[in-house]
Parts: sequence; C-alpha cells; structure tokens
Amino acid sequence: MKVMAQMAMVMNLDKCIGCHTCSVTCKQAWTNRSGTEYIWFNNVETRPGLGYPRTYEDQEKWKGGWELTKSGRMKLKAGGRLKNLMTIFSNPILPSIGEYYEPWTYDYSTLTDAPAQEHTPVARPKSLISGKNMKIEWSANWDDDLGGSTETAHRDPMLKKIADKVKFEFEQTFMFYLPRICEHCLNPSCAASCPSGAIYKREEDGIVLVDQDKCRGWRKCVSGCPYKKIYFNHRTGKAEKCTFCFPRIEVGLPTVCAETCVGRLRYIGLMLYDADKVLAAASTTDDQGLYEAQRDVFLDPFDPEVMRAAEYAGIARDWIDAAQRSPIYALINTFKVALPLHPEYRTMPMVWYIPPLSPVVDVVAETGEDAEDKGNLFAAIDALRIPIEYLAELFTAGEVEPVDAVLKKLAAMRCYMRDINMGRDPDPSIPAAVGMSEEELYDMYRLLAIAKYDERYVIPAAHAEQAHSLEELSTECSVSEYGGGQQDLFGEGSGIPTPIAVENFQMLQDRQTSDSLAGPSHTKGRVNLLNWDGKGSPPGMFPPTGSDS
Amino acid sequence: MNEFLFVILPYLCLTTFVVGHLWRYRYDKFGWTTRSSQLYENRLLRIGSPLFHFGMLGVVGGHIIGLLVPQSWTDWAGVSEHAYHVVAVTGGLLAGVMAVVGMAILMYRRRTVGPVFSATTRMDKVMYAFLAVVIVLGMWNTIAGSIMTIGGEYNYREGVSVWYRSFLAFHPDASLMADAPLGFQLHALVAFGLFALWPFTRLVHVFSAPVGYLTRPYIVYRSRDDAQLGSHRPRRGWDRVG
Ligand code: HEM
Repeated sequence: MKVMAQMAMVMNLDKCIGCHTCSVTCKQAWTNRSGTEYIWFNNVETRPGLGYPRTYEDQEKWKGGWELTKSGRMKLKAGGRLKNLMTIFSNPILPSIGEYYEPWTYDYSTLTDAPAQEHTPVARPKSLISGKNMKIEWSANWDDDLGGSTETAHRDPMLKKIADKVKFEFEQTFMFYLPRICEHCLNPSCAASCPSGAIYKREEDGIVLVDQDKCRGWRKCVSGCPYKKIYFNHRTGKAEKCTFCFPRIEVGLPTVCAETCVGRLRYIGLMLYDADKVLAAASTTDDQGLYEAQRDVFLDPFDPEVMRAAEYAGIARDWIDAAQRSPIYALINTFKVALPLHPEYRTMPMVWYIPPLSPVVDVVAETGEDAEDKGNLFAAIDALRIPIEYLAELFTAGEVEPVDAVLKKLAAMRCYMRDINMGRDPDPSIPAAVGMSEEELYDMYRLLAIAKYDERYVIPAAHAEQAHSLEELSTECSVSEYGGGQQDLFGEGSGIPTPIAVENFQMLQDRQTSDSLAGPSHTKGRVNLLNWDGKGSPPGMFPPTGSDS
Repeated sequence: MNEFLFVILPYLCLTTFVVGHLWRYRYDKFGWTTRSSQLYENRLLRIGSPLFHFGMLGVVGGHIIGLLVPQSWTDWAGVSEHAYHVVAVTGGLLAGVMAVVGMAILMYRRRTVGPVFSATTRMDKVMYAFLAVVIVLGMWNTIAGSIMTIGGEYNYREGVSVWYRSFLAFHPDASLMADAPLGFQLHALVAFGLFALWPFTRLVHVFSAPVGYLTRPYIVYRSRDDAQLGSHRPRRGWDRVG
C-alpha cells in the first residue's frame, strides 16, 4: 500500500443556477492576460449542449484519454509514444481556435467619439486574435440555457448515444448546468502525453501543474486531455491549466471558483488513495466498472492500518485528520452520492459531481403533482429514462443503476426533510427505502444543505514552517523587482516570471489605459483574486473611480 | 582574408552559438518554446510543417554523415566512391526538396495568414531569411555541383568536410575552404551566420527534441519544491532548517 493524498472537489449540480460567477472570477484571477483570452480554466456548460470546446466529449474524433489494448494494457487513445512523437510537427487532433471560439472585444471608442448624428453609432466586434472586424459565431457558452439548441444540441456527443429515444422538442426538454475545471486526475493523460515531461502531479496534494520553464510548447497535452482542460497560450507558446488555486490551497483557502460560488455548491477536501492500485483500477476491462474501481482505490482514513501507512508515507497528522473530516470522502464513499465525470476516459478524475435531481422534480411539479412526495418522485425517476440515461452517459459510462440510486437518495432526502420541516413525524420508511438510516440521511442533509464554510472546505494548510515564503504573504520581495525582460525580442512573456501573488497596480492600469484592442503586448495585466478571502474588496478589483485617479 | 572568413568568423559564430545557448537557457527558460502557431492556422501547417521537419531531419542527418565521417572510413568499409555519391545525392535531393517545399509553404503561411503574421517577431523574419538562403544554396550545391557538375567536379569530402573536421578539432585549415567552389563557400558562411543567430530565435526548440519521452514513465510526480513554496525563493537567512 502506497498512501497518497489528493486534493479533490465535489460539485452539487442541483444547486447550480448557471450564473457563471465561478468562471468570471477564475478568469479574473488566472486568465485575464493576453494570449489567454479564449481560455476558461473554469467554464459552465448547459447540458444537453455541445460543451466547450465544442463536442470535446467525442473521443472518436478528439482521441483524448486512455484506452485498453486488446491485451488489456493501458495506451493513450491518441497512439503510442512513437506515434505521439511522429505527429509532433503538426498535431492532427488539436482543436482549432474555432472549436473554442475566437475571442473578441468591441470597438467602444466609436461610441464615445461619435459626433451627434441621426443613427446610433455601433461598436463593431473586433477579433482579439487578428485585430480585424469579425462575425461572432460561437463562444464558450453559446448554447447557454439551451439557446439555439434546436439547431445544435443534436451534435452533443452524449445525446447522440441515446439519440434514437430523444426528440429534442421544446416541451420535452430537460436541462442542467455542468461547471467544469481540471479534474486533477490520478492517472492524467495530459501528463502522459507531454513529450517534455513538464506536466507533473504534486506528490503532496495531487494537484496537476505545468512547469512553465520546462514546457516547450509541443501542444500534445491539449489533445491528450479528454476533458480539454489544458489550453495553449497563443502568445507565450506554452500550455496552461487550472492550478486548483494552489497558492490559496497551500494556506488553507478554497479555490477562487469555490469561494465565489453563489450557490455554495462546491466542496473541497482530501482523499487518501492507494497509488499502487491506480493502474490496475484504470485498466478495468468494463467501462461501466470504472466508477466502482476508482472508489476501491480510495482508502478509509479511519482505518488504523491506513493511518499508520499514511504516517509512514510521510503524510502529516493534521492532514490525516483533515482526510477524516473530508466532505469529499463523505460524499463519495459514505453517502455515495457523488459520481466521477466520464470515468470511461480512464484518467481517474478527481472532481466529482452529485447529479441533479431537478430535471425530475421539474417534470413532476409541472404535472401539478406533489414534487416532494416520495411515491411521486420515485415513480418519476423510474419513468424519466431520458434524463437519467443522459446523466448516466456523463457520470457512469452509461450504467443507469448508480445514477438511479443517487437520485433516489436525493429524492428520499427531500421527502424525509419535508416531514420534519412541516412539523410532522419523520417517516423512517423513507431512508430505509434507499438503504440508509435516519441518522445517515439527516447527516447527508446537513452536509448538502446547511454545511458551513469550514465543513464544505476542509483544507489543511501546506506545512507552514515555510510560511514566510508562501505566495500569500508576499512580504519578502518588493514588487518593483519583477517585470521587465527582453520581451520584444523573444516574444511574449520571456524573461523571469513575476510571482503570481505580487499585486501590481501597474498591471491593471496598463491594461485599462492601453490603446490596442488585443490588450497590452506584454503580460502585465491582471487583478489578483488569489489573495481574496471573500471579505472586503482587494485593491484593484474594480476600476479606479474618478477621484482616485 | 581567407583566414578571417574561414577561421576567425566561424569561431566567432561558434562561440556565440555556445555562449548564446547557455545564456538563453539560464536567463530565458520561459521563452524556450516552439511558439507553435497551430491554433491560428492548421490547414497549411499540416502539410508544411511535417514536410519541412522530416526534410530537415534528413538534411541534418546527411550533413552529420557527410561532414563528420571521413572518406577513409567509408573506403575502408568497402563503400565505393560512386555508390556513396549516388546514395548521398538521392537522399540529399529528396530531403532537400521536402525541406524547400515545406519551408516555402511555411513562409507563405507566415506572410499571408493574418494572425500568424502578427505573431511573427523580427527575429523570426531574420531567421527565415538566413534559413532560406542556407537551404537554397545547399540545394544549389547538390544540383549544380554534384549532379550537373557546373564548374567542374568537386568532391566536398576531400575539401569542405576535411576543413570542417579540422575546424572542430581546433586545427583549422583555411586553404581547404578557399579552394572550394563559391557555392560551397557561401553556403558555409551563411550557415555560420545562422548558427550565430540560433540561440536568439525559436530554433532553440531543436535542442529540446523530446527523445526522453520514449523511455520516461508516463506520469511524472514531483514534490512541491522543498526549499520553496510558490514561485520565489526564500530570502537568504530564511532558509528552512532540517
Ligand atoms: C528534431 C526535432 C524537432 C522538433 C520535435 C520540432 C518541432 C517543432 C514544432 C512542434 C514546431 C511548431 C509548429 C507549429 O505548431 O506551429 C516547430 C516549428 C518550427 N521548427 Fe521545428 N522541430 C525540430 C527540429 C527543427 C529543425 C532541425 C529546424 C530547422 C533548422 C526547425 C525549424 C522550425 C521552424 C523554422 C519552425 C517554425 C515554423 C513556422 O511556424 O513558421 N525545427 N518545430
């Protein structure tokens, strides 16, 4: 047994209202530089829908992730090592910018500079790639709220699998939101595809990162990741990805997306797992067995033997303690309501989801029946095959039973708690119907509905003997030491990188006062949300008001 | 004059090449990339880049054999002058044509595709100019010199190659080069110019050719750097104990 710790996330999809706050704050913190305009480390997709980049889930086309060879060995779906190198000069499966979307801005100055005239002046869209006028045809969430889905949704790769049963008609539709970040997989195919070995998994917390000094821009990771969560910065020529906000995690703060989530639907915590079992689990023959196989890789943090092995592996006592209090462990293993996204890619993803009951509730409510009645809800879950099969395509490689079981637990929780809230006697037959005790069901309710900040985010700080040099407390180095460099000569961003936690007013100012449409030609241009703990507003979050400037 | 052209200048270029790479690697690891432009344009790149690169790899391989392996070795191995010539010329021609056509496509693409053009730096333009001249002169030497034998027969393995090895052994003999046809002289000189530019262009990517990928484990684990959390080093006096 080789115990390793993994920082993981669970998202409760029932609570997602699709407001995109997570995406926006993430972008503000991480990808508001030029070269990253089209990049959303966190994005929210409406499902059914094409996703971002378009149809990324169609692995017959994009060939991300792993597959099993006939002899049962793991192989990158894009091909073996030699093939990977032979196609390095031009990557045949790299999505074009059009699959993401061509980023744009508007020529606002025509509005402010226009003389008095009969017709309202128009700010035309300008491409941030070429600087030319462009026609906007797609974006990261073009089909938000099913907009235009009668035209496009039939291309949703997951819908195609159950297509013969689906008529995409307005009256029959269901929808929900799927926020996505990097999965920080246990068996990351991006790292396996990287010719330079620049992508690594941190031993301490499993966060997958790109070493910007080792990345050589071969852009193989972009196609290697089946979730398409590695992006190519077209200005610096380097790969970038979601960092799980590691500078925040290191000091015990949740990620920016979680911190700013309006619905409070994200949970962050540790999972202990047995690294020796990962490969075998990922090689499970049957796609539909992968969900269970991955659950078997996780270790019970209360098991004395696991605790001993963890300590032996150098995991600190407070981390083991955090693993025991982990909401992730509770949701995945105790209550078994969280499911992995696309286990069939065999990367062992570590951002899991509680599938939404709302499509079912909506249907019941529309019929005028009581949507909190156990009989009605259970019957609806059995009757509404299409949404449930769709969810199964996302979370369990098409196997309906686990999704069914989760939804019934959520339905049971609704009905059981309704009795309590209405002052009636709780009905013990309800938890019994889903194989839970009353106490368990109540605990689950607590965690899903009213858990406070420190229950939703159980994040042990990185070992803080080094606290003085943590990014967060950038007390050591004056801002002015950074920046500069020979950028003009070698292109964007060359030179010594500026530490991410150094807040620099200059950066913001540059961006806001720059004349060029595509942003300033250098990298200084961001507001730093990384230091924000949700209280007050950090300097530079909002544009300076007139009196300040 | 010959001393300057075929001894001093090449050594200057070689020094720039070596020192330049060391400096760039130390100073600008972040800028050490291919600066791929595939995101902007794929249709032309898909043809041009593999053509150019596979051609170039052939060309580089050919040069290594032609310049570094002395004629006496191949003679000893029983390869006749004629057989060597035929293999070298056909191989060189094939690789050369691939490289030239590929390069033509890449240059056309650089110039005509808007986003690619605006991402082209001054260094790129200079680099392409040198690269194009070197390759075209090299092709000229192969076609005009070795096939059509314009200006008489010239066996570079008894001239240029010997000079090159003497140059690498720090015993340069300029006269060997001085006797070579003009085409060869120019090709060598411009190539040395390209070498001097090399460390300051995107061509540094050649030195990170990822051959290690074939043998390394798929997943890389790395410890959070013990000496440092985040991206800057602790100040002196704040080093960790133990
Ligand atoms: C052997 C290893 C090499 C590898 C793995 C390699 C790989 C690459 C890659 C991935 C690109 C980016 C293509 C794109 O997506 O835009 C590139 C571009 C380029 N490479 Fe190489 N290369 C190698 C050797 C060479 C050599 C020997 C030369 C020439 C002397 C060369 C010259 C170039 C040039 C000029 C470009 C820019 C193409 C353009 O976009 O205009 N490469 N290379």
